[in-house]
Amino acid sequence: MELKVPTMAELAAEGRTPEILFWVGCAGSFDQRAIKVTNAFVKILNHLNINFAILGKEEACTGDPAKRAGNEFVFQMAALQNIEILNAYQVRKIVTTCPHCFNILKNEYSNLGGAYEVVHHSQYLQELIDQGKLKVEGGGTFKGKKITFHDSCYLGRANEVYEAPRAVLEALDADLVEMKTAKSKGLCCGAGGAQMFKEEERGNQRVNQKRAEQAVETGAEIVAVGCPFCMTMLSDGTTEKAPGKVKVFDIVELLVQGKGL
Amino acid sequence: MAIISIIAFAIITIGAFAFFFVKAKEIYRNIQLGQKEDLTDQPGKRLTNMLLIALGQKKMFRLTIPAILHLFIYVAFLITQIELIEIFIDGFTGQHRLLFHLFRDTLNSGFLTGLYTFTISFIEVLSILALLATFAFLARRNLLKIPRFLKSELNGWPKLDANIILIAEIYLVTCIFMMNGGDVAREIVATGESPYGFLISGNIVGPALSGLSLEVLNVIERIGWWGHIIGVLGFIVYLPYSKHLHIMLAFPNTYFGRLKPRGEISNMPAITKEIKMMMDPNADPYAAPADGAEAAPGKFGAKDIQDLSWKNLLDAYSCTECGRCTDACPANQTGKLLSPRKIMMDTRDRMQEVGKNIKTHGPDFIDNKQLLKDYITVEELRACTTCQACVQECPINIDPLDIIVQLRRALIMEDSNSPEEWNLMFSNIENNAAPWQFSQQDRDKWAKELTQ
Repeated sequence: MELKVPTMAELAAEGRTPEILFWVGCAGSFDQRAIKVTNAFVKILNHLNINFAILGKEEACTGDPAKRAGNEFVFQMAALQNIEILNAYQVRKIVTTCPHCFNILKNEYSNLGGAYEVVHHSQYLQELIDQGKLKVEGGGTFKGKKITFHDSCYLGRANEVYEAPRAVLEALDADLVEMKTAKSKGLCCGAGGAQMFKEEERGNQRVNQKRAEQAVETGAEIVAVGCPFCMTMLSDGTTEKAPGKVKVFDIVELLVQGKGL
Repeated sequence: MAIISIIAFAIITIGAFAFFFVKAKEIYRNIQLGQKEDLTDQPGKRLTNMLLIALGQKKMFRLTIPAILHLFIYVAFLITQIELIEIFIDGFTGQHRLLFHLFRDTLNSGFLTGLYTFTISFIEVLSILALLATFAFLARRNLLKIPRFLKSELNGWPKLDANIILIAEIYLVTCIFMMNGGDVAREIVATGESPYGFLISGNIVGPALSGLSLEVLNVIERIGWWGHIIGVLGFIVYLPYSKHLHIMLAFPNTYFGRLKPRGEISNMPAITKEIKMMMDPNADPYAAPADGAEAAPGKFGAKDIQDLSWKNLLDAYSCTECGRCTDACPANQTGKLLSPRKIMMDTRDRMQEVGKNIKTHGPDFIDNKQLLKDYITVEELRACTTCQACVQECPINIDPLDIIVQLRRALIMEDSNSPEEWNLMFSNIENNAAPWQFSQQDRDKWAKELTQ
């Protein structure tokens, strides 16, 4: 399959506007592991001939880690510049594979002048599955396989999206098992609040070790995530806890594997 | 004799309520020390939240067993207030069970007398349930090793405060049964049968006491009656010093709770203004602010309780130190110093201290202390992952995260107190448009590699 990743600028030059903007995010653009998730999502978008575009070189950090660390200046500088670009392209709908980008674009850009319909890729994929556009033919790779889903704080508690990612996993016919704490009670992976960008404070354990313990306890072979930072944290944690036994994938990667794309 | 008892009753009742009123005014004034924030929009939604979460205890049921035990005490507390009506009437008139005699003898109403008997019986059943819950709570706090009750922030007064109230609960229930049981028993001794059909006192406590002499039973009944009302009034006097203020403040606290999505951290309008001015080539940075424009804030973020919103301060007074927030906190679970409950307790303690300073030294007194660093350390603030588990778990919608973020803001924007790695992240976002040191020009490199 020939993959296309048009930019907003290219489409604008042809006088076209896409149906959705795929907000890739910093991790999705630069982190080697997260790039694989980006690629998987692009494969789905191409497979379904969805009219999408990315901002490419014009995309910039949403400012989320700065804001959560307490640096409102750096956040708003980034936000106001992003809003100028988004509004210049008259963006209406954004889909992103990062819950941090999702939360901040959805909730904190709106009263700075950037009001968009923002969805997380799990919601977008659920929508496609529900509409029958995205089908996973029965007996796929994951039939009966034990998969556990880790709720990202900024998808779950922050925006109460609990069912969409699970619906995607169920479409794969997987055996979905829950961790000791899940959904609104789900334990953080340890990356949020700009912790991703610094060493943890003194303690007796790292947060990702604790979450990885819970994930391994389920006996699942696969830990599914919907966030590039949870991906890093849980990959590290499970590798330490149960080396070679558990693999961490984003839900869209599992979907691509399931469809053999 | 009756007149002395009426006067004594009036003095302690009015005294207790007057004292409470003075303390309540102090609490109200302390809350007003915070910044203004309008939280009155969508009254319908707010009322629903209050009814579901405060009155209906909805979020308590995230933990079933404590929720049921708490419900026993809560309902017993609410319903027992009905009995207080008669106690107050009797106390001010010097009568005995005036309502009962009014219903039975004056009005001759079988229905009202039945209702009276049912209400007292209901209160008695609830009192027993509350008593059982109280013993369970005492065991949970002092015998069972429940982590959230063993954290260091509860050492000293908070732990004692919790136990005092539980013991007071046992005292109050004992008084109720001395009062009702004594009453039933002396009727049995004097007339052979009791006119009161109270479920527990009438069938168990009263008959059991009826072997005693009339004199002793009179004393038991009076000790029960006075003990109960003194206990209730004592509770009112004690309330302003205790975490048990939540029984009242849970209601305004849930009503005025923020209605935004949990993940949203409010933007700072003062900063938006600054940045818009920076981005506007025609802006005159030296121009006087337009008429009616808000003055620039004294500081960015919060260092002390006056910098926080009044809602943060109401949160602090409403907190009953149950520790569900701390229990759910990923930082706390992994041995970090941060405890969201301590954030709330520190905020309240500092607010009490500022209030006391105002009272003794006047409003302009500066004690060279502040919430940030003197109460809440940098290490605690740094440990937060902003996961919102604390906000999610609070049974009355207290928001410790909001305080943490405001204190973090002051650390970064006022004191430039930031870990080196965060400084690097900030400058990367500013210069490379990513938190890491990658060029913005390479942002679509993945796409080129994918489509090649």
